[in-house]
Amino acid sequence: MASSVLHPIAARGLVRRFGDLTAVAGIDLEARAGSCLGLLGPNGAGKTTTIEMLEGLQSPDEGEISILGRSWATDAAGIRERIGVQLQETSFQDKLSVQETLSLFASFYRRPRPVPEVLALVNLTEKATARVHQLSGGQRQRLALGCALVNAPEVLFLDEPTTGLDPQARRRVWEIVEEFKRAGGAVLLTTHYMDEAERLADDLVIVDHGKVIARGTPPEIIRSLAVESIVEFSLAEGSTLDAGQLAELGGLPGVIEARNLAGGYLLEVDDTRAALGSLIGWLERSGTVATDIGTHRPTLEDVFVSLTGKHLREA
Amino acid sequence: MRLRQLHELTLVRFKLFVREPEAVFWAICFPLILSVVLGFAFAREEVEDSRVLVLESVGAEELAARLTAVEGLVVERGRDPEEARRRLRKAAVDALLRAGDPVDLRFDPRRPEGALARLRVEAALRGGAAVTRPEAEDETGFRYIDFLFPGLLGMGLMGTGVWAIGFAVVDLRRKKLLKRFLVTPMSRASFLMSFMSSRIVFLGLEFAVLLPFGLLLLKVPFAGSILAFAITIILGTLAFASIGLLIAARPKTVEGASGIMNVVMMPMWLGSGLFFSYERFPAFLQPFLKALPLTAVNDALRAIMLDGAGCATIWPEALLLVGWALVSFWLALKLFRWQ
Repeated sequence: MASSVLHPIAARGLVRRFGDLTAVAGIDLEARAGSCLGLLGPNGAGKTTTIEMLEGLQSPDEGEISILGRSWATDAAGIRERIGVQLQETSFQDKLSVQETLSLFASFYRRPRPVPEVLALVNLTEKATARVHQLSGGQRQRLALGCALVNAPEVLFLDEPTTGLDPQARRRVWEIVEEFKRAGGAVLLTTHYMDEAERLADDLVIVDHGKVIARGTPPEIIRSLAVESIVEFSLAEGSTLDAGQLAELGGLPGVIEARNLAGGYLLEVDDTRAALGSLIGWLERSGTVATDIGTHRPTLEDVFVSLTGKHLREA
Repeated sequence: MRLRQLHELTLVRFKLFVREPEAVFWAICFPLILSVVLGFAFAREEVEDSRVLVLESVGAEELAARLTAVEGLVVERGRDPEEARRRLRKAAVDALLRAGDPVDLRFDPRRPEGALARLRVEAALRGGAAVTRPEAEDETGFRYIDFLFPGLLGMGLMGTGVWAIGFAVVDLRRKKLLKRFLVTPMSRASFLMSFMSSRIVFLGLEFAVLLPFGLLLLKVPFAGSILAFAITIILGTLAFASIGLLIAARPKTVEGASGIMNVVMMPMWLGSGLFFSYERFPAFLQPFLKALPLTAVNDALRAIMLDGAGCATIWPEALLLVGWALVSFWLALKLFRWQ
């Protein structure tokens, strides 16, 4: 690989085909030590295929992967010894306790952390003897994190770690990941949640149709949209705008693009004052009754919508 | 290092098994219940009397009197030939008789009771006491339960090995835990071996209940070598555990696995001499039946318990079981679907 110092996670030119379908069509990515790389994209964009290639569960058809300077082809055992993985939707054995599950995973590694230390790390000390089926969703996710941290890994792969959790449970997962980063670990994270990406990720890679469509730090990516603000509004129950009207809105002064999304409408705007004025004029002229008109600064979610035409959550 | 994994995996498998009450029921209680039910249902302590029905006609009185005088014959009288035939069909009586010269005798030759009734009637008509009361072989070692019990032990070994392991593996696959294990440095061979070693641990528990039950309560004999017995059940367990792993190597659903399990086990339930001797099957099938692992286990257990055999006698069966275990384990390791 080109770079002189290899980052803990480094991949170049990854391609993965399933028959006629190219799930991953040339992805490069890197995660630095002590940082988190967020991998975002709609369903079917190739996120899981990408993360599974990095974890050694699938082999790329083309491209190179280096994990901690090692290659899966020559040192798979060495890599497995040093990475922690939390797969999407793994369920543990209901009739084992938290402690038993952790000590099983610990037995797979040469130098595991003591189980009580892992319990404390993921905040499950009080639940040590509870069976898995007695745990809440958040506690199960923390157990999954515990299993991923049991070998004191240098690299952590997290595939949608907080899906389905309540806000408090999600914050507790985030704290564990932040602690891991502070200790110098590298994290690769896929997520459906923008707030999670904004909070945990230092760098982002947005993929769609197996390709990278944007990359950079969250502020860089937001700036790349070149949008001053987003204007949103909804219509009274039952009324909609047709394609012609939407095009008219897109052509108003100050407006870059108009979209119909999840029941509402939004305008990407490069001159907020001009756009608001012309929008109100247009609504009056066309006799359309709009409710809840509002503006906000563009967020990652808006970048995502602009790039993929979909909300991250529904994607 | 590997040993620590194997130890931990074995412990986990064992805990999961004993924490599943149904699994323990099928492994221990089911063979017990089956042996009690079948043992008592087929316990024929003595040869039964034959029931014959004499139809009303000229000479019926004299015929009935002659037959009644013979031991082992119970005589009924009947008027209605239709009703009499119905009773024969239902096996309420073993033979129908109408006086005359010669005496008209009807019975169902497919039923052993019919054949026995005919013999007794013929002997009685020839000259009275020619048929002595046959002595039943009810000596220990000759009862049906003595034949059955070793077979049930074998059946238990097979059922527990195949079901418990097969379903556990498919469940792990469905939960994506196999995939999760794959991203750790866990040794795949250790993982598969842990199913066998945990079965061996459980085997001790299983036989600590089953064997005293059979020997003390059912009074099944144990004439042979304890060492040979232990070798047989351990090798049998390993063979069936490997077969269970092989069955579970690919399927993604419990339904898929159960189908294969039935296909694999059905021939052995029927043809391995479990409920009746496999020697009743046609000669060309014998080599196949003898090659089945359950046949080997049953033959060896019967030879040890009933005929007093030791290691010197059962080594061919032991070797066959080792072969089944090694080949199935190797294939399972090759074919195993981890994700």
